[in-house]
Amino acid sequence: MNRRQWLQSAGLLVAGCASSSIAFALPADSSRPQRRLVVVFLRGAVDGLNVVVPYGESEYYQARPNIAVARPGQPDGVLDLDGHFGLHPALAPLMPLWASQRMAFVQASGSPDTTRSHFDAQDYMESGTPGVKNTASGWMNRLLGALGRDHGGSPLRAVSVGPTLPRIVAGPARVATIASGAAAARPTVLDNPRLAQAFGQMYQGDDPLSRSVHDAEGERHAIMTDLSADPGTDEREMRAANNGAAGANGFPGDAERLATLMRRDPSVQLAFMAVGGWDTHANEGHGQGQLAQRLKPLGQGLAALIDGMGPAADETVILVMSEFGRTVRENGNRGTDHGHGNVMWLLGNPVAGGKVYGAWPGLSTQALYEGRDLAVTTDFRSVIGCVLERHVGLPDASLDTVLPAAPAPFSGKLLRA
Amino acid sequence: MEGNAGAPKADGVALRHGPGRPHPVRRVLVALVCAGALVPVVGFSGAVAASADDHDPALVAHVVNRLAFGPRPGDLERVEKEGVDAYIDEQLHPERIPLSPELTDQLAQLRLANSTPADLIVQFRELQKNVKAEGQAGKDERREWVQDYVTQSATARLAQAVDSPRQLEEVMVDFWFNHFNVFAGKGLDRVLVADYERTVIRPYALGRFRDLLGASAHHAAMLFYLDNWLSAAPGYQPPGGRGNGAVNGLNENYARELMELHTLGVDGGYTQKDVTELARILTGWTIAPPRRATSPSGFYFDDKRHDWGTKNWLNYTVAPRGEAEGEWALDVLARHPATAHHISYELAQYFVSDHPPEALVARMAQRFTETDGDIRAVLKVLFSSREFRDPANQGTKFKTPYQYVVSALRATGTPVVNVRPILGVLNQMGEPLYGCVTPDGYANTQDAWLNPDAMTRRLNVATALASGRLPAGRPPATEAGGDAMAAGAARARPALFAARPIPVDDLLDTLGDSIGASTLKALASADPPLRSAMVLGSPDFMHR
Repeated sequence: MNRRQWLQSAGLLVAGCASSSIAFALPADSSRPQRRLVVVFLRGAVDGLNVVVPYGESEYYQARPNIAVARPGQPDGVLDLDGHFGLHPALAPLMPLWASQRMAFVQASGSPDTTRSHFDAQDYMESGTPGVKNTASGWMNRLLGALGRDHGGSPLRAVSVGPTLPRIVAGPARVATIASGAAAARPTVLDNPRLAQAFGQMYQGDDPLSRSVHDAEGERHAIMTDLSADPGTDEREMRAANNGAAGANGFPGDAERLATLMRRDPSVQLAFMAVGGWDTHANEGHGQGQLAQRLKPLGQGLAALIDGMGPAADETVILVMSEFGRTVRENGNRGTDHGHGNVMWLLGNPVAGGKVYGAWPGLSTQALYEGRDLAVTTDFRSVIGCVLERHVGLPDASLDTVLPAAPAPFSGKLLRA
Repeated sequence: MEGNAGAPKADGVALRHGPGRPHPVRRVLVALVCAGALVPVVGFSGAVAASADDHDPALVAHVVNRLAFGPRPGDLERVEKEGVDAYIDEQLHPERIPLSPELTDQLAQLRLANSTPADLIVQFRELQKNVKAEGQAGKDERREWVQDYVTQSATARLAQAVDSPRQLEEVMVDFWFNHFNVFAGKGLDRVLVADYERTVIRPYALGRFRDLLGASAHHAAMLFYLDNWLSAAPGYQPPGGRGNGAVNGLNENYARELMELHTLGVDGGYTQKDVTELARILTGWTIAPPRRATSPSGFYFDDKRHDWGTKNWLNYTVAPRGEAEGEWALDVLARHPATAHHISYELAQYFVSDHPPEALVARMAQRFTETDGDIRAVLKVLFSSREFRDPANQGTKFKTPYQYVVSALRATGTPVVNVRPILGVLNQMGEPLYGCVTPDGYANTQDAWLNPDAMTRRLNVATALASGRLPAGRPPATEAGGDAMAAGAARARPALFAARPIPVDDLLDTLGDSIGASTLKALASADPPLRSAMVLGSPDFMHR
């Protein structure tokens, strides 16, 4: 049933409804578990053409003599998806999701803005306003705002994994941060009442630092309650940190912790994780190699996230995206350069999976953007808009504030509901 | 701005003016200033601030917090005496400031960190061969060697950041390393960063921008990090078919970031075509094959890789001239008005405000252009500006994790003996040393670094350091540094490893006017053993 029908059946399109305030954007229905969204951002422009591989196109193999992933059935070949596209073999842990129709892809999706600067493109995808640089907030923060007042004020309604608050969650609505790595669950000074009180004395104002400290106290309490302390090892953590603030190797651990948090805490509704290291300008590899080595922990982590979150999986959509794709043709260093169109991934029980969506423009030279990149036929905001409208249940007016001036939500099925 | 005569007293008198700092001297200075005994120098444009405040404790604290990583014990007192103008001038000329014999000795012993890239590459490749020949033993040997190098290069950076009297130079090393970032986690770069810092960043940190740019473009660390070492004209074949597993063809990565991040800026007015053409210009800028280095930095111009065609870049027609094409391109970029603006903006953001005033940036850019990129001259404009000295811009920059940790070590007078705990802390706070994966380097704005988890981590560090449980000032218990062994050693030699808590009076004396009335009030009513941690965890100390 669509949102309009559901609202009608809940009796909330009728004015003068007997229940208390209708100030919430979402109708208050405590019997209905809240719909959750996890966004995983692959920073550095992952090579989508080597992830959801158009093995049915001869141009793919002509353009990538050294880094094309082999056809299904061949050594290190793709895992067939639908007779035309195949999945990179390092993502094998995700195939059960495809088989049970809980994973879908939107091919040739991306931004209408054509910048090939990582930093600008990530900025646009996180602010949700491609081409516009002065948007202060990220779209996930606006989404949080549109979800209405917290019931009971949970500090963990939106959670971001990692030491810094990225653009996508920046804004007035409050977002909790969880450390990357085992440190997430270790006790801190704020768990010591004497110290918490002493520090708290200095952070009682309404300034950003005071708010952060105050939020930290609330979040620490919630996190320590939700996560059992994981001894972990310093070494693993430091290696992950040394490979970059958010390397793929740290992802499975972070995904497991997020899954635990979501399983134990029904108030966690939005989550964000970023994984870096996808900028394969040289020696990208094919079924094996650099890209494969990064895809492996990514796939493991995504599978662990769904498996680990328990019943919450019924209500959670995981959206994987990257700022742009990479050149169709390999470059002189057996790698790829910055491109345009990419593929978006959707995982989770609410997804109408087992299908590759999107209008596939093909890889013939005349179909390429500037003769070098996969074209974009679906705006990334259409995909997000569809998920927000039909999965999260956002009304149209709110959708406009979250994604201003965006094109219409994706019209393909994409979601079961 | 804290009134100087109104230095917070109340209950805080006993706390503030403990042993060490003569209270009356300060009052005398204040009286002198008020009596106009010091001649103010008034700027013509009004953009330069009067020096009548030259000895004002609040301004002194501000200047030391920005030009240095905050004060060490005794610093504020010294600068109050000499005045900020003299201090700024001194710091702008680090070559005139001698290092202490202890620091000089410490740096001289870092043998690996002092080796040239050419030598290190040879050694590293030998170790790689041993791995193949000797399996696990070879792996262990290589890991130990790399670990030694990592420890030494981190010590070189942190010992100077904390202990060097050439503080502005250290601050500029932080600034420029981020601007010309290389990531130590990428292969060969792990063993190249120390030399990169020592031969590219340090020597030119206050010099001519073009020299800094050129040094960076020639260093193996940068050539490797942004893949230019692999870049070659179409049809290039590595000699003897040997290669290194990678095929070598045109690579745009460095050319793009050279324009987008190092010089013009993302809106600097270049196109995708310009990126490709610049990449063609820079083909051949590569790393010397083993034992064939023509320069200690590891640079080698390979004319066989070079694209000898004509290029069309930024509306220039570029005739083929080999390495000289690249040198000329760097000249063009260094002289470009967009570069002057971009660099000035970044400097103003680092030193004045997250949202730097455009008028200041414009004046700095003009100076940059006038002086052909003289960084010292541009900084002079910055430090004498009204915007820099504006009270509204004092104590308002949220410290990065690096700035926080270094300033905390300085404020507590902790020497850098064991870098491991410092590196661990920086990792946890999300700013691993030499660990920024992306070429844009670490940001220095509040938006980038402030969040609830970040505050929690800083309070952890404040508490550990204040109670003496962050053993940066003591030698590591064992090579492995395991807690159990440290505990054992501590039992055996308690005097050496005893936790040494920091006395709050000393800390407050050191920090002077950096710590304001509101925090002092909170201290006064707090449990005495917690006070040092509270100072290091105060909102005042979170800012610079």
